[in-house]
Amino acid sequence: MSAVIESHDHEHHHGPAKGITRWFYTTNHKDIGTLYLWFSFAMFLIGGAMAMVIRAELFQPGMQIVEPEFYNQMLTLHGLIMVFGAVMPAFVGLANWLVPMMVGAPDMALPRMNNLSFWILPFAFTVLLSSLFMEGGAPNFGWTFYAPLSTTYAPPSVTFFIFSVHIMGASSIMGSINVIVTIMNMRAPGMTLMKMPLFVWSWLITAYLLIAVMPVLAGAVTMMLMDIHFGTSFFDAAGGGDPVLFQHIFWFFGHPEVYIMILPAFGITSHIIETFSRKQLFGHASMVWAMTSIAILSFVVWAHHMFTVGMPLAAELFFMWATMLIAVPTGVKVFNWVTTMFKGSITYETPMLFSIAFVVLFTIGGFSGLMLAITPADFQYHDTYFVVAHFHYVLVPGAIFSIMAAVYFWIPKWTGNMYDERLGKLHFWLSFIGVNVTFFPQHWIGLAGMPRRVPDYALQFADWNMVSSVGAFLFGASQILFLFIVIKTVMGGKKATPEVWEGARGLEWTVESPAPYHTFTTPPKVTQ
Amino acid sequence: MNEGGKKTIKLLCFAVLGMFTFSFALVPLYDVFCDITGLNGKVTQSTNAETSITAEGREIGLQFISHNNAGMPWVFKPSKKVLKIKTGTLHEATFYAKNTTNKIMTARAVNSVAPSNAKNYIKKIECFCFAEGIELMPGEEILLPIKMVVDNELPQEIKNIVLSYTIFDSNIEHSIIMNHDSDHEMEPSI
Amino acid sequence: MFKKATTSFNCKVSSLLIALFSSQTFAAWDDINMTEGVTAISKEVFELHMLIFWICVVIGVIVFGVMFYSMFAYTKKKNPNPSTFHENTKVELAWTIVPFLILVFMAIPASNTLTTIYDDSAGDINIQVVGYQWKWQYKYLEDEIDFFSNLTTDLDEIYNKTPKGEHYLEEVDEVVVIPVGKKIRFLITANDVIHSWWMPDFAIKQDAIPGFINTAWTVVDKPGTYRGKCTELCGKNHGFMPVVVKAVPQDEYDSWVKNKKEEAFKIAELTEKDWTKEELFERGEEVYAKNCVACHQTNGQGIPPIFPALAGSDIVMNDASRQIEILMEGVGPTYAMQAFGKQLNEIDIAAVITYSRNAWSNAENGDGKIVTPKDIVDYKKPKV
Repeated sequence: MSAVIESHDHEHHHGPAKGITRWFYTTNHKDIGTLYLWFSFAMFLIGGAMAMVIRAELFQPGMQIVEPEFYNQMLTLHGLIMVFGAVMPAFVGLANWLVPMMVGAPDMALPRMNNLSFWILPFAFTVLLSSLFMEGGAPNFGWTFYAPLSTTYAPPSVTFFIFSVHIMGASSIMGSINVIVTIMNMRAPGMTLMKMPLFVWSWLITAYLLIAVMPVLAGAVTMMLMDIHFGTSFFDAAGGGDPVLFQHIFWFFGHPEVYIMILPAFGITSHIIETFSRKQLFGHASMVWAMTSIAILSFVVWAHHMFTVGMPLAAELFFMWATMLIAVPTGVKVFNWVTTMFKGSITYETPMLFSIAFVVLFTIGGFSGLMLAITPADFQYHDTYFVVAHFHYVLVPGAIFSIMAAVYFWIPKWTGNMYDERLGKLHFWLSFIGVNVTFFPQHWIGLAGMPRRVPDYALQFADWNMVSSVGAFLFGASQILFLFIVIKTVMGGKKATPEVWEGARGLEWTVESPAPYHTFTTPPKVTQ
Repeated sequence: MNEGGKKTIKLLCFAVLGMFTFSFALVPLYDVFCDITGLNGKVTQSTNAETSITAEGREIGLQFISHNNAGMPWVFKPSKKVLKIKTGTLHEATFYAKNTTNKIMTARAVNSVAPSNAKNYIKKIECFCFAEGIELMPGEEILLPIKMVVDNELPQEIKNIVLSYTIFDSNIEHSIIMNHDSDHEMEPSI
Repeated sequence: MFKKATTSFNCKVSSLLIALFSSQTFAAWDDINMTEGVTAISKEVFELHMLIFWICVVIGVIVFGVMFYSMFAYTKKKNPNPSTFHENTKVELAWTIVPFLILVFMAIPASNTLTTIYDDSAGDINIQVVGYQWKWQYKYLEDEIDFFSNLTTDLDEIYNKTPKGEHYLEEVDEVVVIPVGKKIRFLITANDVIHSWWMPDFAIKQDAIPGFINTAWTVVDKPGTYRGKCTELCGKNHGFMPVVVKAVPQDEYDSWVKNKKEEAFKIAELTEKDWTKEELFERGEEVYAKNCVACHQTNGQGIPPIFPALAGSDIVMNDASRQIEILMEGVGPTYAMQAFGKQLNEIDIAAVITYSRNAWSNAENGDGKIVTPKDIVDYKKPKV
């Protein structure tokens, strides 16, 4: 972790433009970070509303609220919006705000491309959401869109789905190029790679993963488009193709994708635990090693999503062992966080509460992941609610909690105002209870035999489904409180100091709060 | 921006294009990989089947199963469903197919083997499943041939092989959308 | 204070372990845990699941234990001067190598069980399982028995008009019957999209992929009725195509096989008989309730535009030959309207067509023609 001896930050250019067009034309990384964060919050609420529809239908056995066709559209859009609209843009927003400041750069490497990367996203999601009103309805084949359900048997809106996925991919790729070039070429003098903060490391690695796999997703959806419109047979057995090929290509993207959705969370957690333990993060170099190993391993485990597809024994064994192996570097990270806290001097402000909950609950998600890696056992878990429980644990009290922690942690730097600590803690406790009541019983429901992606279920699953739905409604409602807290903080609050948090380390804490529109126009000198 | 930055951008753009191309390369790569390892259980035409016709080996069970994929009205079934053959010997089997409609139709047959690791030991000299399409006139019936030999090297634990053939209508539109595009009637107009 | 914390920690762990291992807790686990199943493999899988689970619990207790301890013992108040240690290579190596060894310990039984599952030698009985939207077809290869298995739960139960039965969403018209103690091999494929055949009590799950065969095998020790599900999103009624397998003693299996073969003869005989309109209507109403209501609805209104209305439909009222063609061949390209000619016998097809032509005031407004099983037999004769 680097401490700064000198920093020169007084060359002020003009401030932000006036009026609403500021937001359309801005090339400022702070503005663009803000745009991404608000966009992702809006998508989180929309995707969350769809989750409410799903849980409302699952509240009791029988069909009460929606028809099965529409239910399939809800579950598909819920997944797509949360993955591509909420989690990924939120992390990009955080990258935009923080990476330049953390490395002592004045802005991102390609500011105009940065603007483009953001603005194509609302366009892409308008296209996607408008499919709800098209004939045949929205995509209804799950966010993993396996062929031939998503090709031969797809509604007409699939073409718009493919179009919007291409645009989202372009946005991610451009964003990643920006992040890599910024980190590799614009660090302040004296900031070697190993002196970089862990959030920056996590984004460097994530950006490389995105460069590697988003084009593969683009390839997959292009092949789909060709099968649907141009008579090819990539995935159509009738024409000599293979539906399983789709799964291989998709998951070659899909597995690194889930690490894309968690690595920045690892970076955030390291910053926050270090700060509120008032103790330097244990094992900085080891944490970098762990994230790198996770990223590399993520390329060779994709078929653990396909254990029941009929692969030969040798392949299944390989993917089982490789998947189990990822537990090692992940465990290293958890041990390092815990050791950072051990013999520290801890206080429990809201960011710390979310980060501690992240460590515990993400680890639980990791345990269910380890169970899923065991192939013969996976035959009983695959495509049941056990899997749903697993990935919601790593994504909701995992990725989403880390995003919330990051917002609470850095919002005083962004706005100059402290958030209301009591309300923040209330939001935390409501979310913590909500998330566990929603998703813990889903482990049991899955073990007891309930498949996923179903709008109705046999009677033995009724009780815990009702409990899960109640938890979901609580969790959903609590996010309205979060919206209120954020707006309230933007509009005013106790004034924040530059350091904000006792024990905070990093270049971003050396500038004023709120951070000036242009920071580090002259690079700081980094020594220790 | 400095030279280093420009170079990084160029490299990353190449990487993006490279990965996009790689995803398309996965298509033939997958076939090659499956061919070599037998992963997807598809048996392709053998070039050296004759070398497998050696001494008569052990007896194994052979089962043929058939399926008509959605929308394929032909009669399609193996002439014999279950048989015992000896490894190392040439074997001939047939499938009976009949176009029961009053339109000319072209079918494509997809084969699948269980267990999939038997695939490398099944040498097919001739199989109707290699053809791009099997065209039958209205009412025409045909006996489709398979000539194969099961290599003596077949692992001892495999005592029974299932060969499955699924026929598809080659001319079927591949999606609702293509169907709409070509103005076919998708649903009966009632 | 440190001592107090340790003692209370120990107390917590002991009481937790007692609670977990008490027999009462285990009984309640039936509702929330995986089934042990009724085969040697399913029991092995269950043991593996529990082993990994307990290892995870122990690791969790240790790691979270240290964490929770730190959270209480090292607050700023209690420990205002934090330690400054921040790296230790030995420790890092230790907690890399030890977890790796634990994983190896887990991987060995897992690999063994997987290898046993993959034993793909012959079965005493081979059953081809075909997934359709939205039902299963079973073909017994040796005995040449062939039938479809549809969900029989009433739409009224699903839409909360009548109370739900005990086996709500888990009951079918034709059950897969197998003998206990024999090796049954399943050859799994699909007719349209990817489905997946799951029998939790046998620990079998294999995807059903159009064009390809996946295999699974089982030897069931215990007679009983076992229920499973489709576990791959396959469209609208993915949640409504259960699997039901009944394992019976060998002699019961043999008589079931005999009955099935006799049924086929009986159907052929019945086709020859002269059916009255009333007989066809009555039978057709049953066939309709089982096969057609999900899409065309009890009142014949359908869910346009995808599932057309039959009540008031021009084809149903006035064009019997087109209607026969649709029932027999289905409607492409997705065959959401399946080729029922493959699934239903001639009597059922004739009956359901006759029913639809006379229900919902179609008789008054249409030509009122009935369709007989002989008409269907004629249709099936080659066209040329």
